[in-house]
Amino acid sequence: MEWVHKHLPALIIMVPLCMGLVTAIIGRRGAGWYMAMGTTAATIAMAIQLLVNVLNTPGQSITYMHGNWPAPFGIAYVIDPLNAAILVIVALIAAIVTMYARKSVASEISVGKLHFFYGLWLFCITGLLGITITGDAFNLYVLLEISSLSTYTLVALGKDRNRRALTAAINYLVLGTIGACFYLAGIAYLYMATGSLNIADIAARMQDIYATWGTDSPQYQKTVIAGFALMAVGLSLKLALFPLHGWLPNAYTYAPSAVSALLASTATKVGAYAFIRVIFTLMGVDFAYHLLRTDVALLISSAAAILFGSFIAFRQTNVKKLLAYSSIGQVGYITMGFALGSVTGLTASVIHLFNHALTKGGMFLALGVVAYRVGNTKLQSLAGLGRKLPFTMGAFTAGGLGLIGVPLTAGFVSKWYLVSACLEAGRYELAGIVLVGSLIALLYTWKVVEVIYFGKRADDAAPMREAPLTMLVPTLLLIGGSLYFGIDSSLSAHIAETAARFVLGGTP
Amino acid sequence: MQMTDLPPAFVLFAAAALLAFVRGKARWVIALAAPVLTLADAWAIIDIGASTVVPFMGYQINPVHVHAATPVFATIFCIMLGGGMLFALNQKRQVELPAAFVYAGGALGVCFSGDLISMFIFWEIMTLGSTVVIFSGRQEGSERSGLRYFGLHAVGGVLLLIGIVIVINQRMYAGEVDPLAFRHFHEMVSGWTSLSWESLGMWLVLIGMLINAGAPPFSAWIGDSYPEGSESGSVFLSAFTTKTAIFTLMVGFAGTELLIYLGLWMALYGIVYAILENDMRRILAYSIVNQVGFMMVGIGIGTELAIDGASAHAFAHIIYKALLLMSAGSVLYATGKRKCTELGGLYRTMPVTMWCGIIGALAISSFPLTSGFTTKSMIVAAVSEQGAVMADLGQSHNHLIVAWFLLEAASAGVFLHAGIKFPWFVFFQKDSGLRPPEVPWNMRTAMIIFAAFCVLLGVFPGPLYEILPYKGVAAKFGATVYSFEHVMQMLGLLLFSGLSFFVLLPMLKRTETISLDFDWIWRKGVPRFWNEVAMPILQTLNRAQKAIFDFFPGAGSESRLPPELARRIGTNWAVSVPVLTITMMLLLYLVVYFVVPMLT
Repeated sequence: MEWVHKHLPALIIMVPLCMGLVTAIIGRRGAGWYMAMGTTAATIAMAIQLLVNVLNTPGQSITYMHGNWPAPFGIAYVIDPLNAAILVIVALIAAIVTMYARKSVASEISVGKLHFFYGLWLFCITGLLGITITGDAFNLYVLLEISSLSTYTLVALGKDRNRRALTAAINYLVLGTIGACFYLAGIAYLYMATGSLNIADIAARMQDIYATWGTDSPQYQKTVIAGFALMAVGLSLKLALFPLHGWLPNAYTYAPSAVSALLASTATKVGAYAFIRVIFTLMGVDFAYHLLRTDVALLISSAAAILFGSFIAFRQTNVKKLLAYSSIGQVGYITMGFALGSVTGLTASVIHLFNHALTKGGMFLALGVVAYRVGNTKLQSLAGLGRKLPFTMGAFTAGGLGLIGVPLTAGFVSKWYLVSACLEAGRYELAGIVLVGSLIALLYTWKVVEVIYFGKRADDAAPMREAPLTMLVPTLLLIGGSLYFGIDSSLSAHIAETAARFVLGGTP
Repeated sequence: MQMTDLPPAFVLFAAAALLAFVRGKARWVIALAAPVLTLADAWAIIDIGASTVVPFMGYQINPVHVHAATPVFATIFCIMLGGGMLFALNQKRQVELPAAFVYAGGALGVCFSGDLISMFIFWEIMTLGSTVVIFSGRQEGSERSGLRYFGLHAVGGVLLLIGIVIVINQRMYAGEVDPLAFRHFHEMVSGWTSLSWESLGMWLVLIGMLINAGAPPFSAWIGDSYPEGSESGSVFLSAFTTKTAIFTLMVGFAGTELLIYLGLWMALYGIVYAILENDMRRILAYSIVNQVGFMMVGIGIGTELAIDGASAHAFAHIIYKALLLMSAGSVLYATGKRKCTELGGLYRTMPVTMWCGIIGALAISSFPLTSGFTTKSMIVAAVSEQGAVMADLGQSHNHLIVAWFLLEAASAGVFLHAGIKFPWFVFFQKDSGLRPPEVPWNMRTAMIIFAAFCVLLGVFPGPLYEILPYKGVAAKFGATVYSFEHVMQMLGLLLFSGLSFFVLLPMLKRTETISLDFDWIWRKGVPRFWNEVAMPILQTLNRAQKAIFDFFPGAGSESRLPPELARRIGTNWAVSVPVLTITMMLLLYLVVYFVVPMLT
């Protein structure tokens, strides 16, 4: 046990990585799911243990050296309250969605490909966890590519249901690769300026570079600025921040249901985490917001994302696409929080990361049940399902209330913090945009809910039963979680605030 | 944990949860026992002055707290719910009763909220519950009307929320001990005319509350949605939403002069539209606006007598308005007809319904020996008293003189539309040929109980005066209410307006028309704005975007795939547009990074 505890940061990546390989080779027929389920269950245990360890460590930070190579030379994993919390979110959602995936995936993907699917599934989770845990900027790129490459394939596997999954995947592949390249190029520029790839080390050396900027002979000014611009654009694309969201709607819509749920609740969240890390740890908030005004660009993008995403969501007739566009809007809330650069703002971001992962994940799962029972997710196919699938559709509706931000749902808590942060910064117009976004969310949620409960089901429609238990329980778990954290938000708010304070270095 | 630590609303929520599953006789027991239990629980809390603080979202919220006006509102909400339940018991709709419990629970929760956050939460629960009650009406227009109702109240809820967030943040920066407290907004009353950043939060809170109270220009939703509930649904609807708003205005904005003007407008508005209306329940819905107008005037005056008058009037109003709507609901239940022009002559076969309807009509007209007489006149008295006080102080009090005259005129108008018009056209007038049977026993019992309340409160108003916010003032008023002059003045007013009704009868016979109102804005104006303003802008933007992308070779947004392939894999696949966007974003970042620091 001693050994496990010591190497926990490495194990949380190595276990799913190795198991992914094993599953892809021997996980034929039903075995693949059992391997994935066991692995994700182990991952969530490790993630929670890490979070507990971090919160109990004086200084609230653990550094793990791979192969005992000291920091700037070897690869270091750094765990602090922020990424420990994200690890728990990712591992938790992954485990719950894996539980759900068994029946859903079996109905959407041919049996002969199941072992590939679960292998890639684990690779994708590995990549997401790795991006979160690593303290090395280049290692982050590698893990980003691991998660992205497996995601492209997972999306493409939706082709059995709809051929458009293929074009969605290739579109995502081209754009995702460009985004990753931008990020890589950004790192290369910083490497040129600092000669280091370790995030903490770059941040420290950068201080010497900033110090020269006010003087007559600024060092590496253009290099560093170009590097950051490239990284910012690359990461914006990864987290689908408006206007770089082009890949997201189709990828989410045509991917298998379980994949959509996993991506919607973890992939963009990890992207947001990476962005937070780059801005607050790598660049430093003074440099990023006061010298370079990244916040201006971010706030404009966020506000546009909230309005545009929610508005286009309202116009969709495929519910899965509607949720996808709503995700684009919700990403705007997350980025707006940390773009404000205050503790409250960052807290709002982290807490919305978590709450939205639960809410949107649960909604995609509920929609997966519709796909499982009806065969598609067109709006008119949901007509009158409120009576046929009472629990699933109840969960969907509760999730929708969360998107609007109705009190006693998690969405209310995040919006409360976000609006407070906007007002604290004196940005009344941003608070207004957040609330207009909620109103549009009300419209698009209502549009679906109205069809679910008041739509008339076709008279000749086949009889239908409620979702199988293995699909219903995960759906209710996620939505139930979003309601629980809406009522008792002390745990989530405490962790988010601890994380925000840590990242901002205790400054108010 | 004791019962008094929990908001009494939770009893009602529990009952709602039970009712959703229980069938048969047990349903009756729960529906009737829960309001009684809740009333007992509410009074246990009121008696010991319990106050509970629980952590929520890092704040200390206070969902159990007794305001001065809590006893009277909590009592009437429980009585109303119990009576309404008795009336509704025989009806078949599964959803309506649980929804009504949630609705009443939200209203009761607001009465016991000691802080703004729990107030808002119960407020929203109330909105959800009432929307479901409207939807379960299953009338022809229920769904569309329910949607409009929900949309407007959701907007109101959002405004209220922004207001609350701003107020709490301002109070925290000002270093207040209890920034969340749901208390009187003194800051607002002292300088309500200044619309500034400082008062923005309070304004938004006020507007949010006014939307629920049906104040202009948001009065139309009452006439629009309440008649679309079921026979029993509109009985519940008439009681809670507007009166909860009155309660919150009383706590937060007593003495705000603006409310006097809004209230006067409502008092007159209700009469005009009720006289023009043909649907019997819509007549009663408009008269809610009129009655709530009286209460708003009382709150706007803000003296102890005026506050007492507004709360006593709310108490009496809930009972007689519910009674009137029960009577109308019984007619609808028995005949299936809603319009005055299709009804008439029902006195032959529905005597209980008729007599109860008449007692309700007398009460709403403040006939002596009914509840309206002992409560509404308190508001009118408060207006003249405050006018006298201001005259003694040498302040301008012309607006109060005008208010007094308008209120007296409105009292006469109430008799015209609700006091005579409703019973006359429904039960007498011509013989419509309808011979419906009397309604089932539970509906009759509910009506008889409420009719008894109307008379008892008129003859023995003492117990009601005892639970008012300022009971000493009320008792003093009670000693003079049956003075000779007061009774004669009221009778004179009523007799003359009664006379005018029958003189003007040929003109008052309504044909099938629709009256135009402010709701035109959201029924017709919003769609028109969308089609004629918003859409063209969006289309122009779309064209501009196309033009930009078409400028770059190969980046055109049109697909160049063969149609057969495009159909299979989708046309929406061009990678070039997003790639171009990425490049432009990089450019934008570089510009921001290089240029913005130079500018600042």
